[in-house]
Amino acid sequence: MSPLFLVLATPLLGSLVLGIMGHRPNGRNVNVFFSFATFLAAVFLTTRIVADGPIFALNQQFFIDSLNIFLVTLTAFIGFTTSVFSRPYMRIEEDRGKMSHSRMRLYFSMYQLFNFCMLLALTTNNMGILWVAMEAATLTTVLLVSVYRTPASLEAAWKYFILCGVGIAQALLGTILLYMAAQKVIAPGVNPLLWSNLNAVKTLLNPGVMALAFVFLLVGYGTKVGLAPLHNWLPDAHAEGPTPISAVLSGLLLNVALYAVIRCKILADGALHNHFAGHLMIGFGLLSVLVGAFSLLRQRDIKRMFSYSSIEHMGIITFAFGMGGPIANFAGLLHMTVHALSKSAVFYAVGHAAQKAGTQIMENIRGLIKVSPTVGWGLMMGTLAILGMPPFGIFASEFMILTSAMHQLPWAAPVLLLGLAVAFGAIFSRVQPMVFGETNVKRLAHPPALLPVFLHLGLALMLGLYIPGYLNHWFVQAAAIIGG
Amino acid sequence: MTDLSIQLINLFASFLLLLAFAMLAQRRVVNLVQIYAMQGLTVVAATSVVAYVTHQNQLYYSAAMTLVLKVFLIPWILRRLIKRLDIRWDVETLINIPSMMLIGIVLVIFSFNLALPIASLSTSISPGTLGIALACVLLSFMMMITRSKALPQVIGFLSMENALVFAATSATSGMPMVVELGIALDVLVGVFILGVFMFQIREQFESLDISHLENLKEE
Repeated sequence: MSPLFLVLATPLLGSLVLGIMGHRPNGRNVNVFFSFATFLAAVFLTTRIVADGPIFALNQQFFIDSLNIFLVTLTAFIGFTTSVFSRPYMRIEEDRGKMSHSRMRLYFSMYQLFNFCMLLALTTNNMGILWVAMEAATLTTVLLVSVYRTPASLEAAWKYFILCGVGIAQALLGTILLYMAAQKVIAPGVNPLLWSNLNAVKTLLNPGVMALAFVFLLVGYGTKVGLAPLHNWLPDAHAEGPTPISAVLSGLLLNVALYAVIRCKILADGALHNHFAGHLMIGFGLLSVLVGAFSLLRQRDIKRMFSYSSIEHMGIITFAFGMGGPIANFAGLLHMTVHALSKSAVFYAVGHAAQKAGTQIMENIRGLIKVSPTVGWGLMMGTLAILGMPPFGIFASEFMILTSAMHQLPWAAPVLLLGLAVAFGAIFSRVQPMVFGETNVKRLAHPPALLPVFLHLGLALMLGLYIPGYLNHWFVQAAAIIGG
Repeated sequence: MTDLSIQLINLFASFLLLLAFAMLAQRRVVNLVQIYAMQGLTVVAATSVVAYVTHQNQLYYSAAMTLVLKVFLIPWILRRLIKRLDIRWDVETLINIPSMMLIGIVLVIFSFNLALPIASLSTSISPGTLGIALACVLLSFMMMITRSKALPQVIGFLSMENALVFAATSATSGMPMVVELGIALDVLVGVFILGVFMFQIREQFESLDISHLENLKEE
């Protein structure tokens, strides 16, 4: 059996099994088991790619190259660590009566299905299937966002469904236009929706159609990336759903949507021979950085605050890819990786902190360092990592993005710096009293899973100091594929 | 022969546009479902004609799927929902109907202009309909913005998807079968989830008015 098949089949099987027995006490262990198996399969696939280079599978319907292999591994890895985190987290929620048996079953089953959809979106070569998988990823998480059935969570889920549904409909229109442009130039008998085929003829695609297609694709997938001004669903969905879901939405789904945008940008660049696509992405990116950073100042809910930080970071990454060039692309890819690791670590710590305090309102969360030093330190370190303090990886990628902005777009560098500075002030001033303030709350019934937090932060730290050779190689190659 | 079929497709396209306007102006939920089913039927007819002319068997399958799904199954689910939720009330609109029609006409002109330069590149037999498909997408989008009840918003969403299927047929003679199946599956699952949702919303708010769902914002 090919490792790619295992990567996709494991979570799908997991969702079926958990759909039947997810409510049993050991459902959470089975969930961890399937996520771990997926991760192992992804590692296996990675070693295969390191040894043999890019592969096609199943009549070219699947395609793994340097641009998606690290995302597949990252998705499987964070999917696994989040399942470890959700073991004690969801158990506490269940004890507190927030989750019934049937909701637990729904939660685990959808969690696996969500992982499957993301992995399918990442590995497919077919632009149509990419769309289907993105939409399916939304559908699987809608019911998870509303799983607590509170008025606020229902509102968040409704917003998420409608806004992302409308957004993704625009992406379908973009895909249709792409198909239309491709039919003109691709020889009969060759599938015109396969990205690799499109990439081979991208210089021949009609520029007018491609420009329009890219606008629709960027708006569509950009809604899922959380780019301003289409970001309204994101803070609500992140804040009202269970925290493990916030972690995977922020750390993984946004990346997958951005990956779709990048694939489309490569085609649009080839067809248009100018920087139209890049300029659009620069505009959306900068706007998101500013909107994200300034919205941070007004937050009271801790999960909302960190979801605005995700909008800001997605803006930075989109800006980097918009600028293009080997260094900015490299930095963008690194930032995607490190942001996913750090942000999910922050959400794990936030989840336990909020559970401990019994609230998500930041004013009421105090003195974590006294009640539970590990959660406190985890939150503090995670915050420093996400704010781009050296020596964490985000510092390295932001530094590269800023320096290439100074070279290529001197006017944009101060805007970026402003966004980063505002974000720093807003987040740090709120996290500091939460960690070091005075408090008198009790300990949690089940020991929190903090291994994932420090594992992620350790990796983010490592990527700031040293990037392994093959990862570096992939980033360089992927940066070349993206071009710009 | 082809002349007649092109005329037919154009006729169906204008029918679709007419139905999109009818949807904008329709106040009753039950009638909206009716219009949605008619829209589906029009798409089926247009797809079948394209299939007949271009001899593409997969388009027949696509038409059959649309027929089962969008003419029978989804409207049936929606009607059951309406019955079980007991919501046969009037649909109020935020802007009055004449001005909505005027905005709609502007949208149509806009999408015709947008589609004009690229329509000539279309490989299908009736390139002129791309503008209409685009207009229907925008009109459904507008309907979603202006409605404040949950079910009409959903119907707007579904009719947008109908318009997109029509766009795929008119611009490219249909997407590959795998993709169409995937899209259909997503839509069907979406409708089920929305059905579950409406009960949850009603349970929590005792109404299906979306204006209750406006509490999540920054203070």
